[in-house]
Amino acid sequence: MSAVLLRELAGALAAGGVRVIDISQTLSSRFPQIVLPPEFDQCAPFRMEVISHYDERGPGWYWNNLTFGEHTGTHFDAPVHWVTGRDLPNNTTDTIRPASFVGPACVIDCVAEAARDADFLLTAEHLRVWEEQHSRIPRGAWVLMRTDWSKRTDPVAYRNFDETGQHTPGPDISAVRFLVQERDVLGFGTETIGTDAGQAAHFRPPYPCHSVMHGAGRYGLQCLANLDLLPATGAVLIAAPLKILRGSGSPARVLALAAGMEK
Amino acid sequence: MKCLSHRLEWREVKGGGELIADTVLHHSNELYYRQRVPLRLGTVRLEAGPTLLVHVHDDCAPAPSRVRVRAHLDRSGHAVLMALPHEDTPNMADDLLLREMTSDPKFRNVLITDGKSAASQALTRAMLEAGADIIWLGVAEPWKQAPGVDALAELSQVSIVPLDVTDAKSVEELAGTIGGKVDILINTAELHRTKGIADQGTETARAEMDVNYLGLLRLAQAFGPAMRARAAEGAVPATAWVNLLSIHALAAWPSHGTFSASKAAAFALSQNLRAEMRHAGIRVINVFPGPIDDEWNQLVPPPRLAPAALAKAVITALRNGIEDVYPGDVAQDIHARWRESAKALERELWDQ
Repeated sequence: MSAVLLRELAGALAAGGVRVIDISQTLSSRFPQIVLPPEFDQCAPFRMEVISHYDERGPGWYWNNLTFGEHTGTHFDAPVHWVTGRDLPNNTTDTIRPASFVGPACVIDCVAEAARDADFLLTAEHLRVWEEQHSRIPRGAWVLMRTDWSKRTDPVAYRNFDETGQHTPGPDISAVRFLVQERDVLGFGTETIGTDAGQAAHFRPPYPCHSVMHGAGRYGLQCLANLDLLPATGAVLIAAPLKILRGSGSPARVLALAAGMEK
Repeated sequence: MKCLSHRLEWREVKGGGELIADTVLHHSNELYYRQRVPLRLGTVRLEAGPTLLVHVHDDCAPAPSRVRVRAHLDRSGHAVLMALPHEDTPNMADDLLLREMTSDPKFRNVLITDGKSAASQALTRAMLEAGADIIWLGVAEPWKQAPGVDALAELSQVSIVPLDVTDAKSVEELAGTIGGKVDILINTAELHRTKGIADQGTETARAEMDVNYLGLLRLAQAFGPAMRARAAEGAVPATAWVNLLSIHALAAWPSHGTFSASKAAAFALSQNLRAEMRHAGIRVINVFPGPIDDEWNQLVPPPRLAPAALAKAVITALRNGIEDVYPGDVAQDIHARWRESAKALERELWDQ
């Protein structure tokens, strides 16, 4: 059965019946990285320095040295990232079961709400309404919050800082508890620079998504793009971090498989 | 002197004296002077005694007349003496030879690399007052709030440009846009955290090195060649490169250990930069302030250096052709102690 399935999948990929959609941002120094208050140590931004470019530094080849923090660009958060997940088994990028890197995706459309209110919070109630319209969120699914935030190509608008801090949408504690405790999801993904809302430092508890998801051994994806190209249900995500020893996360090329011909 | 003893001591004297003869040089066999003839030269008898051969400012009355002699570094970095009129004359600074030996900001295009810092904003205002033509203010990470930048951006001579000295591509792109027009580059980009070396980790130290040391290197590679090439261009050539260092580049400050180490690295690099820029005639000016009155020095006891005082010291250095500047009481004090005994100063700074 499985062999047939894979053969059919390969055929569908070749014929275009299954699309491969890149839902990652391009890694570059222009894409903003997370900024903590200045008294904390910072995530190194993505930087690229040329080793050689077919020149006296290496006449026949072009390559670069990269520096960046684990949580740069489109990236995967492992449970060990948060203090609540520090003592769980298989909580790092090198020890997570590979099967966890592939799973179905439910895309929650919050575009209108986020356009109206940059501080929009997704609640358990929104998720129940979504389930009525679509289907029950399956066990082991990625739940992706689509806000079209990735379409903000100006870094200032993307970060959306004012004097009270950052203003970006995210889930509230009820949504996170519902997904973990009642739906047993694989993880939560966003288009913004964190899985939590911009103001989540002031929530009770602070950073509910990081705190509860990672505390329960679940994962996070952030800085996703192109979620508007995914169906609400039925897509399959491939989201694997680099296999870093004791890594807390890593930039990732996140791909989605979805039914239908390439547009 | 008169007894022919060689036991001479350095002593500062006033430059007052009398121009006893002057002439105009129309020809020289030396390449350096060929470019500069006609050149007014003269002999001055100083009130302090000796008689000197000097450059003569065009506004000096013909000999015999009263003059002031001042020491300068010429374009090639050599010490020369110049006679100025006894009293200031209008537009005295516009004299061609004097302008060549100094780096007056008047009519100059200036790049200030970090527009967000208080020092840079004070420098911008001081440069405008000093008659600078265009000021480019570099701004990194525009998504972070930067008080004061918006107000400066409204001034017609000020242009905000994207510049992140930790990003080679950003530095190269800006050099590609304005590199051929910058007459004075002022590198104020600085990362300052208060870490001793016993604190955990190397990330802060690395970030400080990336801005304070490698940032200067990236700027030197991207902007240095074009500035050197333009050092002899027309009436307003490229003229100076200013580095904002720290007095603790000379002597470490243990409670700001990683910061002072990064500034020491930048100081060493700036000396190499000076050696390379000297051949073209670009002056490298190093500024060694004590703690500046900004948010990262809140816990440092006063006196702290006001950004406006720092800016004034930079303008004075540019106008007078000074290479090393120690603005403010703390810098003056530490510099004096360092000259007296670097070893004693090291021990005195142990508990600071």
